[in-house]
Amino acid sequence: MDALIAKNVTKVYAEHKALDNVSLTIPEKTIFGLLGPNGAGKTTLIRIINQIINSDSGEILIFGEKLKPNHIEIIGYLPEERGLYKKMKVGEQLLYLAQLKGLSRKDAMARIKIWLEKFEIKDWWHKKVEDLSKGMAQKVQFISTVLHEPKLIILDEPFSGFDPVNAQLITEKILELKENGSTIIFSTHRMETVESLCDHIALINKSKKILEGPKKQVKEQFRSNTFLIEHRGNHFTLPSEKYEVKSQTRIEDDLFSTTLKAADGIKGNQVIKDLIDITEVYSFQEKLPTMADIFINLVKADGDDALRKHLQEV
Amino acid sequence: MNKIWLIIQREFLTRVQKKSFLITTILVPLVFPAIIGVLVYIMKKEAESAKADTVQVVDESGKFIFENTKRYNFVPLSLSIDKAKDAYKQTKDFALLYIPPFDINKPEGMIIYTKENPSIEKVGGLESIIQDRIRDLKLEAYKIDKETLKSLKVSVNLKQINISETGEEKSSNSGILYGLGFLLGILIYMFVLVYGIQIMQGVIDEKTSKIVEVIVSSVKPFQLMLGKIIGIASVGLVQFTIWIILITVLSSGVLGYFGLKMPQKQAMEEVAKQVGDEDVKQAMDQQDKQINELLGNLSQIPFGKIAFVFVFYFMGGYLLYGALFAAVGSAVESMQESQQFQFPITLPLLIGYFGLFMFILRDPHGPVSFWLSVIPFTSPVAMVGRIAFDVPTWELVLSMVLLIGGFLFTTWIAGRIYRVGILMTGTKVSWKVLAKWFFMKS
Repeated sequence: MDALIAKNVTKVYAEHKALDNVSLTIPEKTIFGLLGPNGAGKTTLIRIINQIINSDSGEILIFGEKLKPNHIEIIGYLPEERGLYKKMKVGEQLLYLAQLKGLSRKDAMARIKIWLEKFEIKDWWHKKVEDLSKGMAQKVQFISTVLHEPKLIILDEPFSGFDPVNAQLITEKILELKENGSTIIFSTHRMETVESLCDHIALINKSKKILEGPKKQVKEQFRSNTFLIEHRGNHFTLPSEKYEVKSQTRIEDDLFSTTLKAADGIKGNQVIKDLIDITEVYSFQEKLPTMADIFINLVKADGDDALRKHLQEV
Repeated sequence: MNKIWLIIQREFLTRVQKKSFLITTILVPLVFPAIIGVLVYIMKKEAESAKADTVQVVDESGKFIFENTKRYNFVPLSLSIDKAKDAYKQTKDFALLYIPPFDINKPEGMIIYTKENPSIEKVGGLESIIQDRIRDLKLEAYKIDKETLKSLKVSVNLKQINISETGEEKSSNSGILYGLGFLLGILIYMFVLVYGIQIMQGVIDEKTSKIVEVIVSSVKPFQLMLGKIIGIASVGLVQFTIWIILITVLSSGVLGYFGLKMPQKQAMEEVAKQVGDEDVKQAMDQQDKQINELLGNLSQIPFGKIAFVFVFYFMGGYLLYGALFAAVGSAVESMQESQQFQFPITLPLLIGYFGLFMFILRDPHGPVSFWLSVIPFTSPVAMVGRIAFDVPTWELVLSMVLLIGGFLFTTWIAGRIYRVGILMTGTKVSWKVLAKWFFMKS
């Protein structure tokens, strides 16, 4: 079953369209990367899913059910603009937020204890939030998001404010949650996170979805038949109807690194064959597009339909 | 509903557990009895330690026989005034009184010499002694004896009785009603303002600490707003109740400790003891009668009704303005930024406050008083100030219904602005922007 299906969701504010006919399918038990530049409409979509605002048209299904008020109890939301009550103690605060999500006081108590132990911060219960560092507060915030064991977790830029050690800790917890059956929606600009964590992605730009699918498939789609070769000597010519040299740099002495784009239909093996005859090959690899490349290219090209088509074709 | 309850609880507990709450709740009631206590103490000390002032007298008219009183010790001198003046300079006496020969129909030329500026009270005391003596001299001149004079004295006190439509007669006392109306009106004004600003502060805190988006992913913005308003109201009610209890207990404790009676009566008793005058005794009886009447009137004031009306308008006014304060808090990002909206929304409250002095208390049943106490924005202060003056039932009911309607209306408006405002940051807010938010579809 799919964790979330959005069908033709549109939201218009006075001055502009925040979401234009956006449809998405988020499979269960995956980590779904919701990508897009600032102001693309990601936060609007997330707020609609959280029922903070309503869409003007379109429909959202959560685990097959139309979105309704009690769904907030199975959603955990960590907004990008986040904070805690400064004057409240960590324990009281978590207790309050968990109860607002529908947990009983007793259950909430028990779970808070477990989570504080997981993060090794058991003695923080009586600390006031204003006495915590930013990273410490973020930990508390993360706990508050997952305390009620939500089936759908929405994390908007979850790593901002974390040092690398704590970012690693949070990453582990996110993977653990996925193992335990939660679906996670990631909204982020950090492409390295997307690269390492996400199973599925969608790209939203200028209020429209311009790309969606499993990460592997997306990468496959954007393969450009480009190869990266390290070789000795550069006194050779390749048939220009088959190859185009994109760039060539000298590594040292006679050692060069060349980016080569092969014509459609020419496979890697063929490229090697052609090269061995004319130069000494040190290393050879296909240059797959990174998520960052795809993201930047698509966003740059958006609004320029010709360029976009071109990019998708090559 | 359960979630609103959670919010109310949080708002209440976090405020009540603050040290500042504890301090103000205990200190404020201590201030009043402390002031009363200090004043009474000083008065008593002064009365005990007060020595009679020595007044040297040069009486050239020969018409005066000065008897020493509690306040003045008279020392008649048979010197000329110039010599007396020189002698006076060497002494530490309070004053030198010079009475030249004079015509009792035109008493002039009397002088008091002192070393420092004497208080009006002390000079007045001397003046009245001289006046009394001249009056007696005149009476003698007219051949009227004191007995005849006494029988001429008349004292009248108008007893006020209101006749209601049912023919029931009630004593009233406009003085007490004035005081009561004044006190209750000001209490409501202060309560609405102080706790309204607390609501605003709370909303601004939630917005600037950015917790609000987390909260509204669990509850509706309207629930959050309502929970906050009610939570702070209960803080106010608790604080208020504690104050009233503490002030009552402590004040009566302080008064009891000093064994204080009505100050006027005490003074008269002392005078009577000294003089043993029939006149004073009679006046005292009169005073007693008046006090009894006053107590009788007090018992006729419908305190139960007034208390009910007070609590009703207390809550009604608070809810009406509280919602507006919440809306302002949601729109701005700091207290400074809120100033431009604070004044316009508190203006009607201010009008009610000034109306209380200018119209309600002077002419409780006039047309302006009527409108002020019926329009929901001014009625919380105005009606409470007016209620002691027997407001017709239909007016009261109309005013209450309108107030309920009024706060539902402001809560509705505020809710619409609030739901948009709390998620907006970095917007320069004006009235136009607020209007746009209000009309924005949800």
